[in-house]
Amino acid sequence: MLEDFIRSVFQGVPVGAVYALIALGFTLTYKTAGVFNLAFGAQAFVAAAVHWELHVHNGWNVAVSAAIAVLVVSPALGVALDFVLFRHLRAASSGARLVTTIGLLVAIPNITKLVLRFTRHPSTGGARGLFSGPDVVYRPFGDAYPITRDELVQLGVVVVAGLALGAMFRFTHLGLRMRAVVESPRLAELGGVNSARVGSFAWALSSAFAGLAGVLIAPTYQNVDAANFFELVIAGIAAAAFGSLVSLPRAFAGALGLGVASTYLATVLPTNSVLARGLKPSLPFVVLFVWVVIAPGLRGQRDVADPLSGVAPPPPASAADERSRSLTIATRGFWSVVGVIVAWAVFFAINDFWLKRIQVLLAVGVIFLSITVMTGIAGQISLCQAAFAAIGAFATTQLAVEQGMSVLVGMLLGGLVSALVGGLLAMPLVRIGGVWLALATLGFALFFHSVIAQLAVVNGGVSKPRTPRPLIGSIDFAADRAFIVLELVVFAIAATIVVLVRGGTTGRFLAALRGSEVAAASIGIGQWRSRVTAFALSAGLAGLGGGLLASAQQSVNYDVSFSPQVGLFFVVVVVTLGSRSIEGALQAAFGFVLFQPLILERALPWVINHIQPFLHVNAISGLFRDILFGLGALTFAKHPEGILEFQKRRSLNRIQRSIDRRKQQPTEAGSTP
Amino acid sequence: MSLLTAAGVSKSFAGIRALDDVGIEVAVGELVGLIGPNGAGKTTFFNCLLGMLRPDEGTVSFDGHDLSRIPTHRRAKLGIGRTFQRIELFGGMSVREHLLVAERAHRGEGRLWKDIVGRGRVTAAERERADAVLDRLGLLADAERPIESLSLGRGRLVEIGRALMTDPRLLLLDEPSSGLDHQETEELSAVLRAVNLDEGVAILLVEHDVAMVRALVSRVFVLDFGTLIASGPTETVFADAGVRRAYLGAES
Amino acid sequence: MSPLLELEAVDASYGPFRALFGVSFSLESGSALALLGANGAGKTTLARVCTGLVAPTAGSVRFDGVDFSDRRAFEFARAGIVHAVEGRSVFATLTVEENLALALASGRKRSELAVAIDEAYALFPRLGERRRQIAGTLSGGEQRMLSLARVLVDRPRLLVADELSLGLAPIIVDEVYQTLARIREAGTTLLIVEQHVSHALAIADTAVILERGSVGYIGPARDARAHVGV
Repeated sequence: MLEDFIRSVFQGVPVGAVYALIALGFTLTYKTAGVFNLAFGAQAFVAAAVHWELHVHNGWNVAVSAAIAVLVVSPALGVALDFVLFRHLRAASSGARLVTTIGLLVAIPNITKLVLRFTRHPSTGGARGLFSGPDVVYRPFGDAYPITRDELVQLGVVVVAGLALGAMFRFTHLGLRMRAVVESPRLAELGGVNSARVGSFAWALSSAFAGLAGVLIAPTYQNVDAANFFELVIAGIAAAAFGSLVSLPRAFAGALGLGVASTYLATVLPTNSVLARGLKPSLPFVVLFVWVVIAPGLRGQRDVADPLSGVAPPPPASAADERSRSLTIATRGFWSVVGVIVAWAVFFAINDFWLKRIQVLLAVGVIFLSITVMTGIAGQISLCQAAFAAIGAFATTQLAVEQGMSVLVGMLLGGLVSALVGGLLAMPLVRIGGVWLALATLGFALFFHSVIAQLAVVNGGVSKPRTPRPLIGSIDFAADRAFIVLELVVFAIAATIVVLVRGGTTGRFLAALRGSEVAAASIGIGQWRSRVTAFALSAGLAGLGGGLLASAQQSVNYDVSFSPQVGLFFVVVVVTLGSRSIEGALQAAFGFVLFQPLILERALPWVINHIQPFLHVNAISGLFRDILFGLGALTFAKHPEGILEFQKRRSLNRIQRSIDRRKQQPTEAGSTP
Repeated sequence: MSLLTAAGVSKSFAGIRALDDVGIEVAVGELVGLIGPNGAGKTTFFNCLLGMLRPDEGTVSFDGHDLSRIPTHRRAKLGIGRTFQRIELFGGMSVREHLLVAERAHRGEGRLWKDIVGRGRVTAAERERADAVLDRLGLLADAERPIESLSLGRGRLVEIGRALMTDPRLLLLDEPSSGLDHQETEELSAVLRAVNLDEGVAILLVEHDVAMVRALVSRVFVLDFGTLIASGPTETVFADAGVRRAYLGAES
Repeated sequence: MSPLLELEAVDASYGPFRALFGVSFSLESGSALALLGANGAGKTTLARVCTGLVAPTAGSVRFDGVDFSDRRAFEFARAGIVHAVEGRSVFATLTVEENLALALASGRKRSELAVAIDEAYALFPRLGERRRQIAGTLSGGEQRMLSLARVLVDRPRLLVADELSLGLAPIIVDEVYQTLARIREAGTTLLIVEQHVSHALAIADTAVILERGSVGYIGPARDARAHVGV
């Protein structure tokens, strides 16, 4: 036993060192820039990609290439992010800033791939490791405890970087100034601090840390891929949470502990059991979830308001819709015409390819309504909506295939199971709120991904059961067009529920809680019940949509439709296109499903090729879809109702005003003598 | 008859005694003031009354109910309303919506299935009640305005209106005149007096504006360094030498 | 000799609203000016223009004869202008000592800084007792002392004090104004924005009364009372 443990320490400390590097960088970003930076992994990816390009592809010297990636490219990226983005988001809520970093997380790796023409590349020309050539193994403590050169380098860099950071905070005023700027840049300016410069420096520093992590970690994977960094960052955050995001030493200790614990766990659990295979990679997520729920320091940790935030005037309240009857009738008429044309196309004109897409679109639309409830109505960011949808999809399939239940009943039960899981999950979480809630849901999503979704009882095992289409009495929905009608009915019912809840007691209580929790409590609204209700309803809708999607595709495409990364993208698409309304959810579903095949691959190239003869464009890369929506999410802080929604409202109000003016003119002319 | 009774309330933070054996009583329909220098423990005491903090010792009871195990949001149902020193309104709502949601919180039960079958919407009776209160506060003309466009003085009135929708028997007001100018303070005082007279709502006013306290309340409690140093009819307390030393200074 | 602070035809906006319309006044070195007016008259915006937090959209701000209209707030601070802002004016997440270190650091060496901080504790022993306490947990009066301690130690050229009496008990307000008098004796010029008219007028030589963003009265403080109308 003891020997097992010592071996775990030797194997686990290098793993922990990697976590520590991320935990330190993450804590640094939070302390000095005030941002809960989920895009940290994306920043690390940029440095790794640049390093790969220079070192492996172009054969530059390791040290030169790494220095350029870590000391030039990364800080420049950090300064650019501060300058273009985060400097302007200081007054935004922490939730809005979190969404911004999720947008970056989606956009940055894809931009990098586009710019460097970079797809998955083998890390170091085939061999893994920091240096070219095979790794060197040392055995100073006997054969049982080998240490590799790469591990020693990683460990050494982490220790040096950690000490340097600690020294900076301890012995210079820079750390103090950075913390002051985070709390209130204007108050710091009144103390003679150049806030803009200190803020940029903080971003450069933390981005360099991300770059360092990227360059050190990427070669230990088979490929240089952003997805690897994402899970590592979550593990790093779990370690950072141990230090409540303020203490560097505790974050460091937490990271090492986590590394050793996950290695030890792998040794003691029976090999090859699902638990052993699933729990080792998912231990950080479990730890993160549990820690967020139990840690007293995180609970009730609220943002300290900037006392001078009032210097910049608040954004104008989102324009209230005061439309005249005629305009309302006109817009309704317009949409009815569009609806009729689409319906005609669906039933008489389009081929199988598009029919399949539209089936997916409607099912995804129901899933997106769950985000309307969660984010648009309850004002919470949940990052496990895809997991809820997966629960519905798996439950529907298992109930139909194993229990022989009617598929429609299976979908409803799947929604209920999902609602139950959502409600239970919410119970300990809703009191915490804000970014921690978002993070705990992400922990759950990753845990679901690496453990639950791998269980044979859940996914049906290797046989991959087919999800059947519903059959009600004599009506068979196996035909695509019939199924679309069924989906429309389900979507309409779900949308009606969302609208009724939004205007009803639950929705208005949630709006009050979103405005001010203490004031809501003062009139008798407790947050617990309303928010757990919202969570359960949202999870239920996601589960229903997931079941519908599985039935539409006639199988559960877990990796394509329900993985945690897909779940993040769900949130990005919905908040970009409108999380407050039914239209918003539909637009988001359109963007998610049809934007690429319809706009990028067909409509845009057609337009480009027809307006000019010089440049011939084939299909435009799907990377652009991810980049566009990722960048779109950056506007969330400014337009929480979604940019499309904002633009639509603005132009409608403009039309309304011009109608009003035209109406007024004759009377004015008549009244002037 | 006593409505609110706090007896022997003590509270320490990290060894520092913020409140030491503080007891007050507010009778039904009474207008009472609570004053004291900064750091005297007024905010701590206020939070103990509201359940934001749990006192180390002592009891708080309201209308015969012991409040110690009742969470903040349940106290509203018993008939305790409040306003905030730093104004707390629901961003994104109109003035009327503030009152309507308070009305629903007070009378409605908020079951999800009721919303789903379409019985969660605002009713005509609720709207009528809200408009009656808005009218009394002189806010009817602003009913449709988004809350962000209101001045601080009007916002404070909305807070009072929101609290009134829950049929309170006691209003706890935390420095309501803070940040208001002279005219706004006068308007506020008039509203409070009317609310007290017409509906018999008892008011506990924590305030620094000596003129306002004197004009409104009949009894005053004075806190200093966590203990009650004086209580009694307003003019007697303001004439007290100890109070002048601890609180009023040269001004009086 | 040019006046210490001089505003000429200053316009300023708060978002889409114009808050100041052609405000002009000047402040001689060593004097004290009271800035009065109803809520929404533009007092706070004007104070912010005087310390660089808000940039004027037209007109000029000159400090010691130098045009400061386009400069940023930290440059005003480094030139010797201190702004005690309305409400909380200390960093709530930093300790008392860190607040002082931050405020007093500019232009001092490490050893000089320690001396300066000790000087602040000597002036306000209560702060010394609480040096490791997070400033956000101080009472309103103690926070006010913390921001004034820096002014007393640093002896800036100009102090812009915005609503110092807000939310303070009368006796603390007295103390704050006694401190202001000491600050003035030490040679600092004062610009006092106040709701509490009587206190401000007692210490000021000149008064400016703002009415809807314009100067409604400018003249000796003793004659201002009649114009306040309250």
